Amino acid sequence: MSIMVDLPNGMNRRHFISHLMGAAALAVPATAFTTTLLANATDLKKRHKSAILLWMGGGPSTMDIWDLKPGAPTGGPFKQIATSADGIAICEHMPLMAKQMHQMSIVRSMSTREADHMRGRYAMHTGYVPNPNVEHPGYGSVVAHELAAQVADLEIPPFVSVGSGSVGPGFLGMTCAPFQVDSNGNVRNLDTGIDPSRLEQRLKMLSTIENKFIGEKRGGSAEDHRKVLDKTVKLMTSKQMAAFQVMQESKEVQEKYGTTGFGRGCLLARRLVEAGVPFIEVDFGGWDMHADIFPALADRKLPELDRAMSALVSDLADRGLLDDTAIIWMGEFSRTPTINGGGGRDHWARSWSVVVGGAGFKRGVVVGETSSDGKEVATEPYTSQDVMASLLKSLDISLETTFTAKNGRPMKIANSGKVIKELFT
Amino acid sequence: MVLPRPVEGVLTECRQVSAEGSVMVWAIEISPLPPGFRETSLRLIRAAVLVVVFVVQGGRMASPAEQDHFGIPQVKFINEQISSSWIDAELKPSEAATDGEWCRRVYLDVIGRIPSLEEVRAYVADSSPTKRPDLVDRLLGEGFVDDYARNWTDVWSTVLIGRDVGNEMVSRPGMRQYLRRSFSKNIPYDRFMEELVTATGANANREDADGFNGAANFLSGTLAEDGVQATAKTAQIFLGLQVQCTQCHNHPFNKGKQNQFWELNAFFRQARALRRFNGSRDIQWIELVDEDFPGEGGNAEEAELYYELRNGLMKVAYPVFVDGTEISRSGYVPRTLESGENIGVHRRRELASLIKASPLMAKAIVNRMWGHFLGYGFTRPADDLGEHNPPSHPELLDGLAERFRQQSFDLKELIRWIVLSRPYALSSKATKGNHRDDPALGEQPKFTHFYLRQMRAEELYESLLTATEADQTRGGEDAAKKKDQWLSQFITTFGTDEGDDATAFNGSIPQVLMMFNGDLIKQATNTGKGGFLDRVANGNMKNAGKITTLYQAALARNPSAKEVAAANELLVARKGDASGALQDIWWAVLNSNEFIINH
Repeated sequence: MSIMVDLPNGMNRRHFISHLMGAAALAVPATAFTTTLLANATDLKKRHKSAILLWMGGGPSTMDIWDLKPGAPTGGPFKQIATSADGIAICEHMPLMAKQMHQMSIVRSMSTREADHMRGRYAMHTGYVPNPNVEHPGYGSVVAHELAAQVADLEIPPFVSVGSGSVGPGFLGMTCAPFQVDSNGNVRNLDTGIDPSRLEQRLKMLSTIENKFIGEKRGGSAEDHRKVLDKTVKLMTSKQMAAFQVMQESKEVQEKYGTTGFGRGCLLARRLVEAGVPFIEVDFGGWDMHADIFPALADRKLPELDRAMSALVSDLADRGLLDDTAIIWMGEFSRTPTINGGGGRDHWARSWSVVVGGAGFKRGVVVGETSSDGKEVATEPYTSQDVMASLLKSLDISLETTFTAKNGRPMKIANSGKVIKELFT
Repeated sequence: MVLPRPVEGVLTECRQVSAEGSVMVWAIEISPLPPGFRETSLRLIRAAVLVVVFVVQGGRMASPAEQDHFGIPQVKFINEQISSSWIDAELKPSEAATDGEWCRRVYLDVIGRIPSLEEVRAYVADSSPTKRPDLVDRLLGEGFVDDYARNWTDVWSTVLIGRDVGNEMVSRPGMRQYLRRSFSKNIPYDRFMEELVTATGANANREDADGFNGAANFLSGTLAEDGVQATAKTAQIFLGLQVQCTQCHNHPFNKGKQNQFWELNAFFRQARALRRFNGSRDIQWIELVDEDFPGEGGNAEEAELYYELRNGLMKVAYPVFVDGTEISRSGYVPRTLESGENIGVHRRRELASLIKASPLMAKAIVNRMWGHFLGYGFTRPADDLGEHNPPSHPELLDGLAERFRQQSFDLKELIRWIVLSRPYALSSKATKGNHRDDPALGEQPKFTHFYLRQMRAEELYESLLTATEADQTRGGEDAAKKKDQWLSQFITTFGTDEGDDATAFNGSIPQVLMMFNGDLIKQATNTGKGGFLDRVANGNMKNAGKITTLYQAALARNPSAKEVAAANELLVARKGDASGALQDIWWAVLNSNEFIINH
């Protein structure tokens, strides 16, 4: 279900747009970069699928949140508590999420290789290690590219990034780029302040210049610029932008999510899902705790996370949206089981957890386990591309999809990652 | 072909004056014949591009290639290297850029803004055969020293301290003050590196802080956690080595070893960034000092550090440079004991000397500068010269680095060589003979045509000020702060301790919205009395001239017939309100791809 909006009053928006950039600009952008095989496209149009990535920038210590080792020398001071899912225990500072764990599943057997922030961020977003010759698209761009067609009238960009910017669209091009807003849903500079007919005339002049430059074959960025212009104009005239007005929610609902940056970000994500946006990334940074990690988690980070994440899961479930909306919680890596001299934990990618739920995921299960000190994965290890493949499967996006990078090289979606079978029935 | 009447004399100069399409115009200077020398017919030649033109210099026959390097051997070297790579790759270069295009690009790349209306008109009208080197001389000379320093201060602020304005361990004004002074004086690059790597003193220029040294800002924010960031950034910026991953493990793809990281890190262990509060609750400034490093084993004469291998074992490291050169293991800063004995070593100064002597330093800066001017360095990324990442033009990179060293690391000379080179002067229009040379497709760049790139946010800001003839007093700290404020809307930080950041000024929707509706564009297109548009509107020109003025001011070219027609439609739509119509045209011009893309 989605909020399908009315046309603006007083003016025929479609007529307006059709004049804006001239006929050439409105031609469907050549899909030269990609060839896709979108599975079940007709089904998706009826009930649109979305995904929400809760991105924990800096690298959260998952063995203090989702995979505790109480009593181990590496275990830290936190206790674990039982949850609504049979046999799953999580950190005592996550009491609200504990009531929602029957909706979510934990993969405790993540093992990745990148423990540098930027490299880890790239690898977890794209399924690839950084490569100087190819820019790979991140989750949001891949899902936006595959699912943008499911809501035919979507005028909001198909990939919205709340808070810090995400990883870019890579070879999928600027039309799949993250649209960045702050957690209050503010979009800057949306108002033209001039009469629509005058804007239309200006845009006609602009398209004359744009097209001349593009026609001179100087390179792809000239064309990219016009594509983004086109999308911007659509956005400026769209009533769907109301989805960003997160402050329109009742005080009660706002309280439920928490009046924090991350809380409002999660609430905004729910509104955007309702509007038909295929992918929303909500950023929650500040997990890079090299010193004094435990008070920081207990007093500051986990309460904010717990409130917002649990509100999002339960709200989506209550509104009947969870079955079509995948949620994925992760950072670029986790933190060392060994507690350092400053009472902190450093970067660690070898054994850690991600949390998923909603859409086609099996709920309330734990996948894999780590050794008693948390330093090793004791079961089959999973990587970033496996998580990506699983998320795509949960959205019914075909894993046979192949992109063609700008250099002509075929690129299998999710870097040929394998589906984490325990997450599906 | 038009051949003017033959004249006689010695050809003392023969230079290309301009090029349009396939036709070039050559200017020839003749002086009376010296005894015994007979030259027959010398002509002002109007010839097709491929016609070989003889240049007689002091009676010597020179090849046609020689005349396009302006007598500068380093430019000749670049041209030869690049041309031979075209032949190897079976590519043909594009034609030369127009005067307006070349002028616009050299202003943008050297001083960080487009040329003003007067500047571009003067350049295009100049018929001197040496107009290109003359313009470069001017841009690198005293007349533009403030513009030059402002631009390179912007570029290097981002390189050295990133874009994050919220870091209390760094004083952006302090950093800028240092950089402005350095680039105003064009201090040699080796000294620049040395001043940054060895800096001590207060990082902010304040009345209550002694010993201000803005260079201290490079390291003041990077010494936490044993200087891991200081190590990684110094290696990356000044040596072109990406060592950050080897902090924790041997690198899987390159030869980087974990011990190398910590041995390099050992050079920073005497450095301390002391927080100065001066009675306040917040940090007021940082004082960067060198103190004795007692060593983690407690013996300052053999001051070691320990790092952890992935299997949990601890290993020891002493200061050893990336090429294997060891220095004294003493952790003491230099001093004379009562006995008269001198002990200790200044680890950062030793490091600076080793960097200076390393061939990597010159290669890293040459690669960075090449990337700045040509859009792509010889490696990608430009600050990774590791063995796993071979350069596209190894001989050119090495040769240019060597020449830069011979030129005493003079950055302005390096700039002169690059911007006067042939690849820099090519059109950005790709041809059938070179369209497959497209680094955006992941190919190694061959530089057969000029690669498009979007202006940096700083360049856009300054260019808008230039185009609208606004605010002529630029370059000071107040102007820089105003610009910072505007830039901050595009900055995102990633919530890591390393202060990683990125700019959303990347061609996405928010950027277009800013150009459509933002305050800066409103200011640029305002029709207030005495402003740029007002002066054009009320100028003593016909409408066609006014439209041309706008095009020249923003795009350094004249409008096409189609564009004039579109502009005239706006004039009609505004029903004689010329000022309003010009505002619409100006808005469209400033929002165009051609404006924001350096081409």
